[in-house]
Amino acid sequence: MNQSFGVEQKNNFKGEQEHNNHSIITMLHEIQEEYNYLPENVLRELSKEKNVPLIDLYRVATFYSLFSLTPKGKHKIVTCTGTACHVRGSEKVTEEISRTLGIEPGETTEDGEYSLEAVNCLGACALAPLVVIDDQYHANMTPGQISSLLKESKKEMQQEEMQQEHMKSNCHCSRVPIGPKEK
Amino acid sequence: MRSLQQKIKTVADLFQLQERLKAEQPVDKRYIAVCGDTGCSVWGSKSIKDVFQECLEYKGLEGQVDIKFTGCLGLCESGPVVIICPEQVFYQKVKEEDVQEIVEKTVQQGEVIERLLYQDTASGQKYVYMDEIPFYEKQQRILMGDNLKIDPTSIYDYLALGGYRALARALTKMTPLDIIEEVKQSKLRGRGGAGFSAGNKWKECYDMNADTKYMICNADEGDPGAFMDRSLLEGNPHSVLEGLMIGGYAVGANEGIIYVRAEYPTAVEKIKQALGQAEELGLLGANILGSGFDFQISVTIGAGAFVSGETSAMIASIEGRVGEPRQKPPRLAQRGLWRRPTVVNNVESLANVPYIIREGTRYRQTGTEKSKGTKIFSLVGKVVNTGLVEVPLGLTLREIIFEIGGGIKDGKNFKAVQTGGPSGGCLPEYLLDTPTDFEELNDVGSMMGSGGMIVMDEETCMVDVARYFLRFLRDESCGKCFSCREGIIRMLEIVDDITEGTGTPGHIELLRELAGVVKDSTLCGLGQTSANPVLSTLRYFEDEYWSHIKDKKCPGRVCKALIRFTIDQQNCTGCGVCLKNCPEEAISGEKKEAHVINPELCSRCGICLDKCKFDAIIKS
Amino acid sequence: MIEMILNGLEISVERGTTLLEAARFYGIEIPTLCYDESLSPIGACRLCLVEIGPAGRSRLVSGCTYPAQKGLEIRTHSKRVMEARKLLIEMYLATCPSSKTIQDLASKHHVTRVRFKQKHEECILCGLCARMCEEQMQAKAIEFIGRGADLRISTFFDKKSEDCRYCGGCMYICPVCEARCQGPQEKDPVCNACLNLEPPCLDQFQDAMCYMDPCVACEQGEEPIKLSDDKE
Repeated sequence: MNQSFGVEQKNNFKGEQEHNNHSIITMLHEIQEEYNYLPENVLRELSKEKNVPLIDLYRVATFYSLFSLTPKGKHKIVTCTGTACHVRGSEKVTEEISRTLGIEPGETTEDGEYSLEAVNCLGACALAPLVVIDDQYHANMTPGQISSLLKESKKEMQQEEMQQEHMKSNCHCSRVPIGPKEK
Repeated sequence: MRSLQQKIKTVADLFQLQERLKAEQPVDKRYIAVCGDTGCSVWGSKSIKDVFQECLEYKGLEGQVDIKFTGCLGLCESGPVVIICPEQVFYQKVKEEDVQEIVEKTVQQGEVIERLLYQDTASGQKYVYMDEIPFYEKQQRILMGDNLKIDPTSIYDYLALGGYRALARALTKMTPLDIIEEVKQSKLRGRGGAGFSAGNKWKECYDMNADTKYMICNADEGDPGAFMDRSLLEGNPHSVLEGLMIGGYAVGANEGIIYVRAEYPTAVEKIKQALGQAEELGLLGANILGSGFDFQISVTIGAGAFVSGETSAMIASIEGRVGEPRQKPPRLAQRGLWRRPTVVNNVESLANVPYIIREGTRYRQTGTEKSKGTKIFSLVGKVVNTGLVEVPLGLTLREIIFEIGGGIKDGKNFKAVQTGGPSGGCLPEYLLDTPTDFEELNDVGSMMGSGGMIVMDEETCMVDVARYFLRFLRDESCGKCFSCREGIIRMLEIVDDITEGTGTPGHIELLRELAGVVKDSTLCGLGQTSANPVLSTLRYFEDEYWSHIKDKKCPGRVCKALIRFTIDQQNCTGCGVCLKNCPEEAISGEKKEAHVINPELCSRCGICLDKCKFDAIIKS
Repeated sequence: MIEMILNGLEISVERGTTLLEAARFYGIEIPTLCYDESLSPIGACRLCLVEIGPAGRSRLVSGCTYPAQKGLEIRTHSKRVMEARKLLIEMYLATCPSSKTIQDLASKHHVTRVRFKQKHEECILCGLCARMCEEQMQAKAIEFIGRGADLRISTFFDKKSEDCRYCGGCMYICPVCEARCQGPQEKDPVCNACLNLEPPCLDQFQDAMCYMDPCVACEQGEEPIKLSDDKE
């Protein structure tokens, strides 16, 4: 009796090399880049195009932690939960962010502004504990610094948004909006 | 930057180009190396580099003095790091304001700026040159040393140092079997963790008769606390490419794939850039160096799964499936990616290859009997000098942590060192003289792993460490095997109980039995080694477990359920800062009067301890 | 043909046979939960573990996925295997006590207590239903979704499946839902009412002697049977 050694699914890709260069996972990353998550209808299109069973795409999407099936927040906060960060107190930092924003890692705030992720090591261990907000690294965080950090980045984000609005409006002046007035 | 260079078609072309580059960039030419790795760039090293650029241009020096924005230079704790070469004057914690002074005093006049020098915290002594600093003295930076001389975005820097000569020798003067023999003789063992003989792996794949074979570079550095592979890819990507190509030639593969974890976008960028440059110059592609050997490399990324670092899971991932490991046999060398013979090697292992081909005898003189060469460790945690260290295998843990690492931060006491990531173990003080050797570390219940070395002090709770790793493994287990999935859940359940003060004496015995069965009965390495954190902490720190169970105390003062925060009534000045910041509103007190914490409301978050400037908060 | 040594016996099997098939062919009973002859094996339940390799360098592998290899030494009922099986069954009981299949396994392997916190899950994630749906029914409506502790069997987006044909194959093959334990409702999650076996030969010989199932000697005695040292 000839049994296969373990379940190896049948793939209908034409040409391994083509796939190696542009794998299903890479494609899912691209979709997520564009839509900020993996929408169901886009997955259906992908399934038809690449002849991959729908449920397999769903399986892959739910297996890997970087993929999200629900829209992520406009701004992504990532805390590192690596060992070096943990030993320097990253768990408390994550808890403090959770408490302040009202969401657990993996969730997004109601208003869609922030989503929080706890990632298993970003590889910048000398900066432990590390918090990354929208690709901006913040090193040596402690729970006490969180509220001011969030306020600071909110201000920066609002400034950036206002700048972009300003540019979009085609105004040619060189003035840069300062930001919303402090209460 | 140079303009488009003619393609290198033969070895003679390569040598000619290298001669020219060496002439343009003599070894003693002045240049400023600014570390651009994440650890330093967070502190603004990029703008420091820009300011240097402006300053040199302003002074008209840009033709005489170069600036290199390099990869990791090792001593991350001192970031931003600036090294003036060729003397290698080492400046730490440099700020933008210092740039002009550095240019005027050090670059132009050769004077040293005292306040920017590295200072040993214990002795107070200052060091001028990089090699003198104790951190660097005991290291042997075969792989990382080149980071200082290379701008990773320039293939010419790599070529000027003699890069791709090993490839030239391999392709034109050696047969695949010669190469495999050389690698076998050098006893190169997998730097990703398991320590398999690279030479043997290559030979097994070489022996397979097949049209298509694959050579994969494992850059899915998932061990938390390890970032050596990232730094190699970002600091000297060509060394990895060269190793991959030589490996491909040796085993008979014409296609290489680099699998990088998605959490390393900069590494992906640098690798792709390096690939583009190599292709442009003709060092990658068809008929490399006129040898008739074709090779192409593609980059593919992961998606956030530690288990996809396991070789059979990685292959499943590349094929677009879930990263579930499978049983072996058949081994990957027989049936791997797309059912073809495949070899998977770690980034650091491959980076060693060009050096072995160029200087095999020298390589063999480093290291121990069974573990030759050097290893890069990421020395992090509660140690003074955090960063990446490269040492000859065989150096003891004590030498690395105390002589190179500078001992424990903030004058605390050493408690344990964790090696091998979630598959490794924690070793206590009396084992500090264990040499860093694959077998020796295995014997004491840990393992070499990918090189993460996390130092812990008296304020770490070992039961909490076990809990941390079990949590990590529970999230990362693929879940297929009952013994791994359920076993980890149950071990975590027990350890959770212990940290919450609801542990019973029977738990220790049950934990040992469970750990033993999980180790024995799981399919893949992740599951088999998942019991190591528990087993090693039980072996060396059993008293801490009993402390939690019998006395309901946490010696490291970490486990929330077992600690209390109180305010020292003598030291408290009544400033009210803690009260203002307490998220649970658990602190009460009048202005200028000693405050009190209500233990019922206190959630042990630690913010008050953080904010208090009068040392009035006690954690017990 | 491939020659191997099974529990000390020299045997010969066809290429491509797995260790589990080989053992069953020779009449040796090895427990399984996630295995079915008509479906591809995945080695998920870990009950069919056997010890392979020479003494001192042996390891445990799942017999249903391991192919026959020339000269392999296999022990199906060694002490190491039996201890692992026992603990695994205890864990199964602690997870899913309502399955008669699991209760019977517990009885057969003399698992009389559960030292873990009791859960009452309905699924042991053996994957038989998913494989049945894909391989036999060619529908692939359900699959493993998620990872690790969050692994579950579900449909595309956890919605009603467009591919499901309501054949009931998944329920038919499920070792949990097809046969609920109908016995007396014990206070404990462990029943042990139907079968009972504790081999005294295990400690003496490091291998159970009665892996040809059933060995009547143990089942009947309450006192351990005295084994003489004389060999026939």
